[in-house]
Amino acid sequence: MTLFIDLTLNGLTYGLIYAAVALGLVLIWRATRVINFAQGALATLTTYVAATLLDRSLNYWVAFAVALAAGLIFGALTERVFMRPLYGKPELNPVVVTIGLLILVESVAGAIWGSTDRGLTPAFSQLGLTVGHTYLDFSSFDIFILVSVLVLMGLMLVLFRWTSLGLKMRASAFAPEVARLLGVRVGRLLTVGWALATFAGALAGVLVAPLLLLSPNMMDPVLVYGFAAAVLGGLDSPVGALVGGVLTGLGISYIGGYLGSSMETVGAAVLLVVVLSIRPEGLFAAAKARRV
Amino acid sequence: MPPPEAKRAVNRSAASLEVDAVTVSFGGLSVLDEVSFSASSGEVLGVIGPNGAGKTTVFNVVCGFVRPSSGRIVWRGRELRHQRPYQLAHLGIARTLQGVGLIAGLSAVENVMVGAEPIARTGVLSGLLGLPRSAGEERRLRARSLEALERLGVAEFAEQHPRALPYPVQKKIAIARALVAGPELVLMDEPASGLSSGEIAELGRLLTSLRGEMGVLIVEHNMDLVMATCDRIVVLDFGKVIAAGTPAEVQANPAVTEAYLGASVESESAGA
Repeated sequence: MTLFIDLTLNGLTYGLIYAAVALGLVLIWRATRVINFAQGALATLTTYVAATLLDRSLNYWVAFAVALAAGLIFGALTERVFMRPLYGKPELNPVVVTIGLLILVESVAGAIWGSTDRGLTPAFSQLGLTVGHTYLDFSSFDIFILVSVLVLMGLMLVLFRWTSLGLKMRASAFAPEVARLLGVRVGRLLTVGWALATFAGALAGVLVAPLLLLSPNMMDPVLVYGFAAAVLGGLDSPVGALVGGVLTGLGISYIGGYLGSSMETVGAAVLLVVVLSIRPEGLFAAAKARRV
Repeated sequence: MPPPEAKRAVNRSAASLEVDAVTVSFGGLSVLDEVSFSASSGEVLGVIGPNGAGKTTVFNVVCGFVRPSSGRIVWRGRELRHQRPYQLAHLGIARTLQGVGLIAGLSAVENVMVGAEPIARTGVLSGLLGLPRSAGEERRLRARSLEALERLGVAEFAEQHPRALPYPVQKKIAIARALVAGPELVLMDEPASGLSSGEIAELGRLLTSLRGEMGVLIVEHNMDLVMATCDRIVVLDFGKVIAAGTPAEVQANPAVTEAYLGASVESESAGA
């Protein structure tokens, strides 16, 4: 029973990190029909920024905030510099560019910070908590992960549902031509969308680094699971990203715990194949087979 | 971006929109040939003509979708050139599309709120930071949008998604969206299409009620609507203006009758 509880809590923690990555992928997919393979690499970069500041013994929260701000900036720059020239070109082009960017950013990170693994001091203790007399594999830092991802999701929900900026972003994602006609500067909103997506990724990066070890390709497996989560959720839906992330996290945690950690990747693949064969459009897709 | 009020202040001359000797040709075939007319602020102007006369091209040229091969479009004394699609709305020109063009993923009132973009006062940054001003602005735009829906008599559908609504209701929502920002000119591409005669009469009353408040340019082939509501009519045939004037003048013009009844063999071969 204790094992089950530990696996559940652990799965939840990782699941929310996958959810943040999935949210970043969903935001970009919705707005531009691009799968941003560079999402993980950009998050690694922002995490290195945080690590560098922590090495200079700056306050954790300063480093945390700077990493997230760097996410906004890197995202906006990626859209402006690399994506902007590719709109209206064949759909595959931007995807190929994001893969190129993934390799480029990871190499740059390796060149600057070296490719050896390093730790990242977390904000809170990573020691398991004891509830009553039971020791749980669940720390204060894990609680911080849960809270910060849920806050991120809540802010995004408020932004998209209840602000005019969010409304314009939804309008531009659903019908860019009509939105333009109504006076919406769609291009500018795409920049904002990429910035927010990379912001979500940056949060995932600083949260996951203390659990894994920081290295230039730290985010590669996280991106794969985040992608699985996004697809599970239907790629179109931020709520789907959250649910997909938690399901993926729990699924992988149970598989790893009961079947052995070598089965984790296989398990994620099987999960994805099963869900996609039952519901090809994902669990939460708003519209079926929308082509642009 | 300066506030829209500042831009609105400039030069309110009688002829607010001028189409000046506009020619459009696609690969040697001229679709519009030296078309000139003007729309004064506050009047309802109809552009009519048989199928293939170039009505939709006129609409697209004014919108900036199609660039004229020669000639100019002048809006309040300034030539419209190289404007990006989003800019027209900020210059006080709104459009409704053939069909409906509502955004499927948004509710009716949200669709109208997107149309209120030219009068929105929040920027990206304050929106992102969720400043109180942004929330107040959101309420203001929503209230205006509800008013616009109210005016069209479809406020009860505000929270519903357009796809589930009957076509005439969708059409009214689209018109509310075009009117919400208080434009100086509304361009409507075939507003009567798909409506019953009762609904067309209702549309006519709406257009009449807009007279004086804003200019309306409708491109339409429903004669009943045009004759009943327009102050002036421009008749196109084979890309040329063949008549212009009040409904009565246009109706009495033999060239118009000929164009519509498809009389002479010469004019048909000339256009082909």
